[in-house]
Amino acid sequence: MNRTVARLTVRGLLGRRRGVLLLAVPVLLLAVSVAARSSGADRHDLAVSILGTLSLGTLVPILGLVVGTGVIATEIDDGSIVYLLAKPLPRWKIITTKLAVAIATTWVFAAVPTLLAGLIIYGTKDGLALAFTLGTLVSGAAYSAVFLLLGVVTRHAVIAGLAYALVWESLVGNFVSGAKTLSIQQWGLSVAKAFAADGALSAPVALGAAIPLLIVITIAATAFASVKLAGLTLAGEE
Amino acid sequence: MAVITIDKVSRWFGNVVAVNDVSMSIGPGITGLLGPNGAGKSTLIHMMSGFLAPSAGAVTLDGEAVWRNQQVYRKIGLVPERESMYDYLTGWEFVLANAELHGLPDPGAAAKRALALVEMEYAQERRTGTYSKGMKQRVKMASALVHDPSVLLLDEPFNGMDPRQRLHLMELLRRFGEDGRTVLFSSHILEEVEQLARHIEVVVAGRHAASGDFRRIRRLMTDRPHRYLVRSSDDRRLAAALIADGSTAGIELDWQERALRIQAINFQGFTTLLPKVAKEAGIRLYTVSPADESLESVFSYLVAS
Repeated sequence: MNRTVARLTVRGLLGRRRGVLLLAVPVLLLAVSVAARSSGADRHDLAVSILGTLSLGTLVPILGLVVGTGVIATEIDDGSIVYLLAKPLPRWKIITTKLAVAIATTWVFAAVPTLLAGLIIYGTKDGLALAFTLGTLVSGAAYSAVFLLLGVVTRHAVIAGLAYALVWESLVGNFVSGAKTLSIQQWGLSVAKAFAADGALSAPVALGAAIPLLIVITIAATAFASVKLAGLTLAGEE
Repeated sequence: MAVITIDKVSRWFGNVVAVNDVSMSIGPGITGLLGPNGAGKSTLIHMMSGFLAPSAGAVTLDGEAVWRNQQVYRKIGLVPERESMYDYLTGWEFVLANAELHGLPDPGAAAKRALALVEMEYAQERRTGTYSKGMKQRVKMASALVHDPSVLLLDEPFNGMDPRQRLHLMELLRRFGEDGRTVLFSSHILEEVEQLARHIEVVVAGRHAASGDFRRIRRLMTDRPHRYLVRSSDDRRLAAALIADGSTAGIELDWQERALRIQAINFQGFTTLLPKVAKEAGIRLYTVSPADESLESVFSYLVAS
């Protein structure tokens, strides 16, 4: 961790009202949770639907995308990254610091609201609130690492990230069951299932596959991002 | 005594060759990297600063490879052409962050010294996003100088500066050059290079077209006549005396300027001949000025050749 890199990253990410904008999605989640609580529908089903689909399936990947790419892609695009790179600073340190900021931000803006939403809808019953919170923590970390990598390797990181989150995970995953094995969302759901009461949740990917995949993808994306950043070339002005 | 060596370096982007088999050595003092837009100057500076790998050849700083070697940034200060520089930071925060990123023992003192050097203390509490182009350039300079580097690389540093800011930056760079630092700046504006650097490296269409003192480069190009503007006490008589010598190709009597426009074939011969002929004929020389020894003419000759 480098404190200066962290400070610059946090200010770039959350400064100038961006932090307020990031709050919009969790506020929406909480508003939906409050409305759902007052409805007459089955609370368990509501909790699984809202925490699984809205939080784990939408809020976490979108926040992961905005934050994961936001911690580095903007600096690469506008060229200000040169002030970090023209320093005797190991590239892995820049990447891990930025990743730490991205993960912490995703946790604050996705995992905490997920816990609150779970408690609002279903209290502590079946351990669903805590289970989905743990699911958003692990998937939030993996999304941050993958989208940070996209921010380093492509100038179209947001489009590539949306293609993964919306097309692969949501669309393809719904029709092709095998695609779920390569879905961060499903890995998060597997972790959630492991911490929920027996029979309270179902997950198509086994925990034995989900955890190693989460670890491998997060570490591999971080390592690859470090290597790519070390070889980052500046586009000529000419 | 930091020396950047570019050894048979080429760089291509797909089918486009941006830099073609260039070799040069940049030592202490000020060197101007001159060439038209698209000549490959920025590509060369990016390779010298470790932000672009050569497709062929090697770029080294004091014998160490620059590419993928973060330790060279202890010696290099880079002033990039692009303006983006964390616009949400104040000038002070920006330079301080740069000092901290270098791991300096007292980053506050280093930032203070660097801002004083570029005379930007008065605006250091303002956000850099509110700075004029010239102010941004000076703060970028401060960030590049904060660790007291032995090499300073500047990509088109005078772009967008007003004449006063330009003079100030030139003075600053002159001082660095005199201190024994290796200063290299790129420019496509000949007057800038002419005012600041006697030593130039000329790049044209990705090729290293010339290297050395720009006046000497001009003199080396003996296949073209050198033009002089001469005013004397008797222009007609002087013209008659000069045309008899083989070192002069043509003489025009410019009535409006009340001067002679002389084309000399042999630079050495002409500079010896002119005072000799004038003295023997009893003619006083009032003005002898090279009419085409600006970088512009050097440059156009190089491009044409």
